[in-house]
Amino acid sequence: MSAKREIALEINGRRYAVAVEPRRLLADVIRDDCALTGTHIGCEHGVCGACTILVDGDPVRSCLMFAVQARGKKIRTVEGLAAGKELHPLQAAFIAEHGLQCGFCTPGFLMLAVALLERDPDIDEARLLEALSANLCRCTGYDAIIKAVCAAAMARRS
Amino acid sequence: MTEKQQWIGQSVNRLEDPPLVTGRGRFIADISFPHQLHMRVVRSACAHGRIVSIDTSEAKAAPGVYAVWAAADIPEVPPIDFREGRIERLEPYRQPVLAQKYVRYVGEPIAVVFADDAYRAEDAADLVTVEVEELPPLMAADAPPGEFEPGRTTTAEIVRQGYGDVDSVFRTAPTIVELDLAVGRHSGVPLETRGALARYDSARDLLEFHGAAKVPHRNREAIARMLGRGLAGVHMYEGNVGGGFGIRGELYPEDVLVCVAAMRFERPIKWIEDRREHLIAANHSRQQRHRIRAAVDEAGRILAIDDEFFHDQGAYLRTHGVRVPHMTCGILPGPYRVPAYRAVGYVRLTNKTPAATYRAPGRYESSFVRERLIDAIGHKLGIDPNDVRRRNAITPAEMPYARPLEALGEEIEYDSGDYIGLLDKALAAARWTELQASLARRRAQGEAVGAGLALFVEKSGLGPTDGVRITVDTGGSVEVVTGGASIGQGIETVVAQICAETLGVDYRGIRVVHGRTDQIEHGIGAHASRATVMTGSATHSAALQLRDKAIDIAAELMQTSKDALDIIDGKVVRRDAPGGASMALGDIARHLAPGSKTRGEREPGLSVTGWFTTDHQVYPYGVHIAVVRVDRDTGGVAVEKYLAAYDIGRAVNPALVRGQIAGGFAQGLGGALYEEFVYDKQGQPLAVTFADYLLPTMGETPAIEILLAEDAPSPCNPLGIKGAGESGINPVGAAIASAIDAAIGIPGAVRQLPVTPTRLRAILKAHAERR
Repeated sequence: MSAKREIALEINGRRYAVAVEPRRLLADVIRDDCALTGTHIGCEHGVCGACTILVDGDPVRSCLMFAVQARGKKIRTVEGLAAGKELHPLQAAFIAEHGLQCGFCTPGFLMLAVALLERDPDIDEARLLEALSANLCRCTGYDAIIKAVCAAAMARRS
Repeated sequence: MTEKQQWIGQSVNRLEDPPLVTGRGRFIADISFPHQLHMRVVRSACAHGRIVSIDTSEAKAAPGVYAVWAAADIPEVPPIDFREGRIERLEPYRQPVLAQKYVRYVGEPIAVVFADDAYRAEDAADLVTVEVEELPPLMAADAPPGEFEPGRTTTAEIVRQGYGDVDSVFRTAPTIVELDLAVGRHSGVPLETRGALARYDSARDLLEFHGAAKVPHRNREAIARMLGRGLAGVHMYEGNVGGGFGIRGELYPEDVLVCVAAMRFERPIKWIEDRREHLIAANHSRQQRHRIRAAVDEAGRILAIDDEFFHDQGAYLRTHGVRVPHMTCGILPGPYRVPAYRAVGYVRLTNKTPAATYRAPGRYESSFVRERLIDAIGHKLGIDPNDVRRRNAITPAEMPYARPLEALGEEIEYDSGDYIGLLDKALAAARWTELQASLARRRAQGEAVGAGLALFVEKSGLGPTDGVRITVDTGGSVEVVTGGASIGQGIETVVAQICAETLGVDYRGIRVVHGRTDQIEHGIGAHASRATVMTGSATHSAALQLRDKAIDIAAELMQTSKDALDIIDGKVVRRDAPGGASMALGDIARHLAPGSKTRGEREPGLSVTGWFTTDHQVYPYGVHIAVVRVDRDTGGVAVEKYLAAYDIGRAVNPALVRGQIAGGFAQGLGGALYEEFVYDKQGQPLAVTFADYLLPTMGETPAIEILLAEDAPSPCNPLGIKGAGESGINPVGAAIASAIDAAIGIPGAVRQLPVTPTRLRAILKAHAERR
C-alpha cells in the first residue's frame, strides 16, 4: 500500500479526476471512483471477460490493469455506446436476438464485439466465434450472442 | 387499435434488456450506501481440523479496520437454518456462520474483517492467524463413514423411497442388468459472484438486506428467525441478479454475517465475493455414485429397479437439508413404468464445500443413471435402446400417472404427456435413420462419431400458492407486484405478457415489481422452474379480476351491459363498436378513487390481488439427441449436433423458452465434458479459478436445434403452462454419454461424468488392452 496518486482518466469522452492508490485496479476505479458500474467484475483474473473495456480502441480486461496505467489513454465503456436514447446497433441486436439473460456478461461481450467490428467490419463468422470465445457467458449458450453480433455486422455492412 | 392484441405465445423483446445493454443494471456490487464497511471473510485453508487458536490482534490494528470477529464474538447467532423449518435429527449437521471447534472444508468461514475499504479489509484478513490441529480428511462419500463429531458419524441421513417387493422380483427375474455410475461435482457458477449489503435503521428498527435472490421471502423469514426479530423489521431487496441456477440466493453464512454486523455497528455492511471464494464457498452440487440394477423380461420390459447411491454432501447440510438426494430417489424412474422400485441414498458428509441444488438437482444425475441403464438393457438383450424406451414409457392413456414416490414433499403425479409421441418427433427431426447410416459410414472410414439419446421427465411449478397484485393508477400506468424473483430468466417480461393479454393493455407499459418483501407480503421467488407456472397463473387470475372490476364500473358509466364491453389497448370499448366511445383505464381508476362520488359501494382503487393455488407440480418432458466426434488421440469430445425436443405445455414467450433450453444445454455440456470440482487427498480444492473449473466457451458450445412442442398443456393451471428452466440441462450428461459410447463403439463405456480427455483415454486404453 502506498500514497494515493492524483490521475485523470478519460472515459467515454469525459474527464474524471481521481486520487487512487497505485494498486487499485482500473475496473474498480471505473466502477467505484467514476460511478460507471456497467463494467462488471466476474473473476478478477482475466478469464471471464465481463470487465472488458476499450483502451485506445483495444479490448482490455480492466481487472488486469491498474488505473494509473490508464493515464492519458482513451477509455470506452458500455455506458458510452448509445448516443442518447439511440442504442448502438450491437445493443439493439443483443435485445432482438435474445443475446442476454442475466445481463452480467453483456457489457464485456458488447465491448469486445465493438472492438472486433470496428477493427474489421468484414470479419467473418468463424473469426468472430474464435475472438468472442475469449469471454464467458453462463446463461445463453452463446448461440444468440454470435447471432446478435453477426446481425449487427451485417447491418453495418449493408 | 380495434383488435385485441395477443401477447401470450409471442417472442417479444424483453422488458429487462434496455438497462442491461446500456450498463444501467443494478447488480449488488453496483450498490453502495454512505459510511458502509466492507466485509472480508477469513477462510479455512485446511480441509479438516480442530481449531486451536484464532489470533485477530494484528488484523484489528491494521489501517482502516473497524472490527474483526471470530465465532466467539457472535455467540448468539445460531447455525444456518433449513429453509423448510426445523428437522431436529439433522440439526447437528448444520453449518455455523463462523467455524466453532472444527474446520471441515477449505473455504469455511473462520473469521470476518470489517474495514472502510475492500482492499484494506482484504489486507487485514491476511493478518488473522489461525492455528489448526489437522485431522485426516474424508474425501469420498462411498468410503466407510467417519466421525463428524464425537458420537455422530458422517452419514447424516439415509434417504429411502420405493414400493413393491423388489427382492422377490429380482429373485425370479429372467435378466438382471447392473451398473456402477458416478456424476462429478459441479455447480451453477453464475458469472456474477455472490454479494450482500445490509443496513440497519435503528430509528425505525428496520434491517434491510440488499442482494436478495431466488427466495427473498423465505430468506426474510429465516433471517428474522435466526436474529430473533419480527418479520416486519426485516426487508429484502432484489436488484439485478447475475445468474441463479439454484445455487444463488440460498441463505449462506455471509448473508447472516452482514445482517448481524449492520445491526451491531449501525453501519451498512457490504460483502462482495471474489471468484476463488465463490468456487470454494458457494454451494456445490451433483456428486453421486449409483449402484443400480434393473430386473427385465426378455422383451426389455422393466420389472423392477433397485438403486443404492452415495451422495457426497460436503462438509455440512445447508438450507436444503437432504432434499436433493431425496428427490433423486423420487424422480429417477422418469418416464418409465417401474412395477417395483427401491432407492436408498446414503447422504454422507465429506470434507468438501457443502452441496445443495444446481439447476435440475437430482435430475441431471438420475437421468444420467436411468438412461445409461436403458442403454445397457438394450445392449444386453440385443434390442434397440429406443425400443426399450418405447416398451417402458408411460402412455397418454395412463395420464394422470401417480406413483407412490415424492419430489419436494409432494406425491408425484405426472399431469399429462405423450412421451413416445415426442420421441418419434425428435427422431424424425434428427432424421435418425439417415443419421445413423451416415455415422456408420463415417465410422467405417475410421472416424469416431456416434449419436446418443435420452428421454426424461422434468418437474416444475412447485406450489402451493402464489399471489400477485395488479394496480392501475389514475394515469393509466399498470403495476404488477409479485413475490417472484428474477435471476435473469425474463420473468418481468413473461408476467407482463400474461397481464397484458388478460387485461387488454400493451406489455411494454407494464411495470413488474419483484423481489421486494416490503411491497408484497408473500412470495415464492424463482426456483424449481415455478415462476411462470405459479406467478404467471396468479398474474392471470389477478388480471382477470381487475378486468372485471374495470368493466363493472365502466358498464355503469357507459350505460351498457358488462357483456357488451371489452378492454383493448388500455381502453374499455364496446365490443360492437371498438372504434367508438371508450374509457381509458386511468379514467376508470379515477372513478374508483377513494374520494370518488361515482365509485358507489365498490372497493376503492383499480387494484386487485389474485391468487393461484395448486395441489400438484407439473411434469414437462423431453428428448435430447447428441452427435459427438471423439479424437482417439487426445480423448477430446466435440459435439457436432444437438437436438433438444421439449413439451412445454404452452410457451408464453417461445424465444425465452428457447433461451432457457440453449443456456441449460451449455451448462449440461460443461458437466458432461469439462466441469469438475476436483480435490487432492489432503482435501485441497484444485478447481479454484476459471482456469481449472472449465466453463464451456463459445468455441465448445454448438448451436443446438430446439423442437418446442405444445402437445400436452397442463390441466393443472388455466394457461396450460409448464416450466422451462431446467429442461435444457436435465438429460445432457445422459445423451452425450450415450453418443460417446456409440462413437468409440464400446457400449456402456461411459460410467462417470464429466468425460474428461484423461478419462476417455483411459477407457480407450483399457479397451485396447482387453482385446
